[in-house]
Amino acid sequence: MKNSKLALTLLAVAVGLIGCGKEEPKKPAAAAPAPAAAPAPSIEIKIGHVGPLTGGIAHLGKDNENGAQLAIDEANAANIKIDGKDAKFVLVKEDDQADPKVGTTVAQKLVDAKVNGVVGHLNSGTSIPASPIYSGAGIPVISGSATNPKLTEQGFKTQFRVVGRDDQQGPAIASFLAESKKPKLVAVIDDATAYGEGIANEVEKTLKAASIKVLPREKGTDKTTDWKAVLTKVKGKNADAVFYGGMDATGGPLLKQGRELGLKAVFSFGDGACTDDMTKLAGAAADGLLCSQAGLPPQAADKKFLDAYKKKFNVDPIIYAPFTYDAANILIDAMKRANSADPAKYLPELAKSSYKGATGQISFDDKGDRKDAEMTIFTMKDGKLGPIAIIKGGKTTSFEDFLKSAAPAPAAAPAEPAKEAPKAEMKK
Amino acid sequence: MDIFVQQLINGLTLGAVYAIVALGYTMVYGIIQLINFAHGEVVMIGAMVAFTVINALAAAGMPPLAVVLVGTGCAIPVCMLVGYSMERLAYRPLRGAPRLAPLISAIGVSIILQHLAMVVWSRNVMAFPQIIPLTTYTFLGAHITGVQLAILSICVVMMAGLALLVYRTRLGTAMRATAQNPQVARLMGVDVNRVIAATFVIGAALAAVAGVMVGTYYGVAQYTMGSVLGLKAFAAAVLGGIGNIPGAMVGGLLLGVVEALGAGYIGDLTDLCRYGLGPEASCADGGHFVLFGSNYQDVFAFVVLILVLVFRPSGLLGERVGDRA
Repeated sequence: MKNSKLALTLLAVAVGLIGCGKEEPKKPAAAAPAPAAAPAPSIEIKIGHVGPLTGGIAHLGKDNENGAQLAIDEANAANIKIDGKDAKFVLVKEDDQADPKVGTTVAQKLVDAKVNGVVGHLNSGTSIPASPIYSGAGIPVISGSATNPKLTEQGFKTQFRVVGRDDQQGPAIASFLAESKKPKLVAVIDDATAYGEGIANEVEKTLKAASIKVLPREKGTDKTTDWKAVLTKVKGKNADAVFYGGMDATGGPLLKQGRELGLKAVFSFGDGACTDDMTKLAGAAADGLLCSQAGLPPQAADKKFLDAYKKKFNVDPIIYAPFTYDAANILIDAMKRANSADPAKYLPELAKSSYKGATGQISFDDKGDRKDAEMTIFTMKDGKLGPIAIIKGGKTTSFEDFLKSAAPAPAAAPAEPAKEAPKAEMKK
Repeated sequence: MDIFVQQLINGLTLGAVYAIVALGYTMVYGIIQLINFAHGEVVMIGAMVAFTVINALAAAGMPPLAVVLVGTGCAIPVCMLVGYSMERLAYRPLRGAPRLAPLISAIGVSIILQHLAMVVWSRNVMAFPQIIPLTTYTFLGAHITGVQLAILSICVVMMAGLALLVYRTRLGTAMRATAQNPQVARLMGVDVNRVIAATFVIGAALAAVAGVMVGTYYGVAQYTMGSVLGLKAFAAAVLGGIGNIPGAMVGGLLLGVVEALGAGYIGDLTDLCRYGLGPEASCADGGHFVLFGSNYQDVFAFVVLILVLVFRPSGLLGERVGDRA
């Protein structure tokens, strides 16, 4: 026993000595490159990204993070100089678990880490409570996916978003549903999150304004997989359309179970459940689904971005990645124009941004919302989501007409990024 | 009427799954008074393994029924292995420890399994390939799918099998002896450790089947699916009387039915406009003012649980055993 203790002590001392011995020569070695780099000193710029990396919609969180990561990598490869120094961008990735409580903790963590800007959060439910924390620290935040109107209605100068709002998206899908399907009675269901409830409220308002009857709200949670009880009730009331405000992981089972119960109603979803995964999740039941996305469809995103994303991550962007990519790029762009990474200095430039991103031309209004956000209505046909209409400023245009009016040569426009520029100009 | 029957069928299917999972909780509790919080994760691993196999085979174009059977056949041994190693590594070393220690250990195992699954199968929702044709039967005006029928019948067969095992075999006798008094059972020549391990393994096999059932039924599986399901099944086991095997079956079915009926009717029953009590603005023109919507589905189920426990603290079928409390 004594011997073994002695041996341990010796070992510890030996390790310590080796450790020291190793460290000694390292120090000068580490110091050596510093003077060499002195002529072009570098500056580390930390950009935070927050989204759920665990939990039910972690796949969307990772998609968002990938978008931001791509922007950061491209910025690093471009050797940007800010204030005469080589800018080295670092993405500080945080997981908010789509949980408002964790969201605020993580926001504080980023503030303490003195990040220069933040991309995120993914959910409205986490973005809203986190926004006063960033505002207090004067750190600009751009969300690529939080669509609840309240986010930018709080009056924080540091809060921006590059997607449309639910009070633009909700009315868009609701009025399209009302016009194209002419339902008499609609069941509105949500997942009791800030996003789901928010968009469901907007849909209900628009439908009622069009004098369409709406059933009392049904709710699940963001983890619900069993919707049969709710859907059976909906069936009993003979609703001829269903709107669900929630994400794809819960929307898929909802759609599938509706068809299993023999529900003939038209299903319509908001952007959270407007993903290609819906085919996998609901199978043939997904056919005929209507859904909306804030902004232009991912396949209408910049080809250069789509290729770069695919090349780097070996998957296609799911939904919001083009938006977080743009969000990160706008932060970097504003820093470049202000020639400073100091939030106080580049924030005014950020507000004045007019940036041509992967999702089109982006500029902000006084509240920090994206100006002229387009809404796209999709439908599921033969297992593929295809855009059918674009809604902008309350006006509906079919997707073909939109492409025609937007680009003189629609066939060439999506294929060649070079020709995309005039298309974006026209949209403005 | 057809709506009521439909809700009953929905509830029974859900309840059958809860019951199978609840059996795993109750068997382990009955023998070593441990609430194995990692049991829900075993269900999840069963579903994930089965989905991986099923997805691979479906692409190869095998007949649907064979694909599902092979998938289940792969999930069962994997889950048994997980159940056994869980017991061997996380619970057996703590056999003599205070009761809180294995409980914490169980929570730890649950977190580890969940994150392992996240690493192995990624965070994405895994979809069940659409290979089973949607066959619907009409029963008293209600729709019942082939999958639902299969779940209900498999559930009955498994419960009967388990009852036979526990009450008619040597292993079952040893299990019941260990449950009554491990020390005395050991003196009588029962290899207590082996019996406990067997209990875990049997529970895990049931969990694997439950995982395949729940995955096939909803068409999705994800690494987080085990926690809520586990919690509900645990509640079902407590409702029926934890440690009591028929109790878990009754508790599971009851919880499923209460949930479905609760979600289906609570909104209508608490619509104040029906009773002329709601504010006029919202009640006008056939409007509604609902006090509790279907989001209170879970609350409803747990209120029933609390009521049962207030009046029968040992659960519906549980025996009053003071020294175990």
